[in-house]
Amino acid sequence: MKVLVPVKRVVDFNVKVRVKSDGTGVDIANVKMSMNPFDEIAVEEAVRLKEKGAVTEVIAVSCGITQCQETLRTAMAIGADRAILVETSEELQPLAVAKLLKALIDKEQPGLVILGKQAIDDDNNQTGQMLAALAGLPQATFASKVEIVDGHANVTREVDGGLETLKVKLPAVITTDLRLNEPRYVTLPNIMKAKKKTLDVLKPADLGVDVASRIKVLKVSEPPKRSAGIKVPDVATLVSKLKNDAKVI
Amino acid sequence: MAALVIAEHDNAHVKGATLNTVTAAAACGGEVHVLVAGHNAGAAAQAAAQIAGVAKVLHADAPGFEHGLAENVAAQVVAIVEKSAGGYSHIVFPATASGKNVAPRVAALLDVAQVSDIIKVIAPDTFDRPIYAGNAIATVQSSDKIKVITVRTTGFDPAAASGGSAAAETVAAVDASTNATFVGSEIAKTDRPELTAAKIIVSGGRAMGSSDKFNEVLVPLADKLGAALGASRAAVDAGYAPNDWQVGQTGKIVAPQLYIAAGISGAIQHLAGMKDSKVIVAINKDPEAPIFSVADYGLEADLFTAVPELVAAL
Repeated sequence: MKVLVPVKRVVDFNVKVRVKSDGTGVDIANVKMSMNPFDEIAVEEAVRLKEKGAVTEVIAVSCGITQCQETLRTAMAIGADRAILVETSEELQPLAVAKLLKALIDKEQPGLVILGKQAIDDDNNQTGQMLAALAGLPQATFASKVEIVDGHANVTREVDGGLETLKVKLPAVITTDLRLNEPRYVTLPNIMKAKKKTLDVLKPADLGVDVASRIKVLKVSEPPKRSAGIKVPDVATLVSKLKNDAKVI
Repeated sequence: MAALVIAEHDNAHVKGATLNTVTAAAACGGEVHVLVAGHNAGAAAQAAAQIAGVAKVLHADAPGFEHGLAENVAAQVVAIVEKSAGGYSHIVFPATASGKNVAPRVAALLDVAQVSDIIKVIAPDTFDRPIYAGNAIATVQSSDKIKVITVRTTGFDPAAASGGSAAAETVAAVDASTNATFVGSEIAKTDRPELTAAKIIVSGGRAMGSSDKFNEVLVPLADKLGAALGASRAAVDAGYAPNDWQVGQTGKIVAPQLYIAAGISGAIQHLAGMKDSKVIVAINKDPEAPIFSVADYGLEADLFTAVPELVAAL
């Protein structure tokens, strides 16, 4: 069984982004870019499934600019077998990405698709669910545990108030939550090996997908700043402030 | 044209997040309808009909809706939208675990984009939403005929749970998917308020040191204040608190009247989840902790002595 693992190149999670003064977006010139952390967890999970013998091939996919090849090389250094870049300089929104991935599902016929629950740039949390809908597949989002048994996946999901377990028939789409696994450290020999693995490049037109945006960003602004309040010397003062000034207790 | 709110419920009750979602839907300009898709969910449908500002409740009842499986709920929403005589301009979900699970499925089936996590309705087609963990706010305009939206509940006041008198209409349930089945759940039973709906939250960080200490120190304070318990990602990763207590970008987004952060340093990730709280109290022995830069009241002290003192003083 093949596993398809879509990955996104995003601003590294350690970078504190700045809103551009003209309000057109955030400044991402010269900032460190990395694989979306949730997608890294997805690659790790796919590679672990391969190591357990539940899958035979892990294919990493990214949609975006030429530099996404670096992200795909990282995925292959973690252990993906090969990669596909759907290259475009257009801004891609989740519905467009889901359509591109749907076309790749038709082409590759994977038994499973694993991807991050959301990207840490746009925080949309849409692509996996949209892909499942377009491909007519069942979905198990926000996974914290995945087991493949007899053509099904038993997936424990993080939901409000606790956990829930679903059984989905394969092929299926799974999106990862934070605690599914801890991605391995990528070693130099594996980085070298990844350079020799196959990376195919396609265009959206090759897949017959229209990637036009449906949502226009009118402006991007700074969030309202919260200013620091006061330091209180002791618990008694704190209680008095909360009762008499803030009136919240 | 009307807005269709997908109710969050447990078949017996409508959950609080639904009320904030109704407010957001009403801000989109048209009538507000509410869909209750559940199993033996008559009581939840009745409750939805009482919500102030709701014009109509649609009630779909079938075993496949009992646990809110995305495949079934999404198919039901699409069936309703396609059969609707007046048409729906907006389909509005709370941005909860279940809303986030189902909404994009609906959007894709309707071939429209989704606007996630809105915090403000500027115009019926224009919304504010946080990006980059709340470090920037994007104002976005949707060109689709139907807007599928999830609502960050802390951005909207709850509609009144009573005072409404909407008509409840039964709608035919769609066939259930056979590709996904519910196996079981472990939902913690607690008398505490739900984290995202609580008026007061007591939250602990890595400085708690252990799960035992976390409970020993913070539970008495939460009990005294009738508060929900929360935790930083560091505390959850260390196993001091359960996953679903995590407040932050990748956990719960909260905005209570009072947020008490004990032993939390204040990583950007955490601040993204609680900085809209009305009053923030930080208790930390590190004077340089970033949490002090957003706290209304900062107490520089060892939490293991300060928190018990606080319990005694309340």
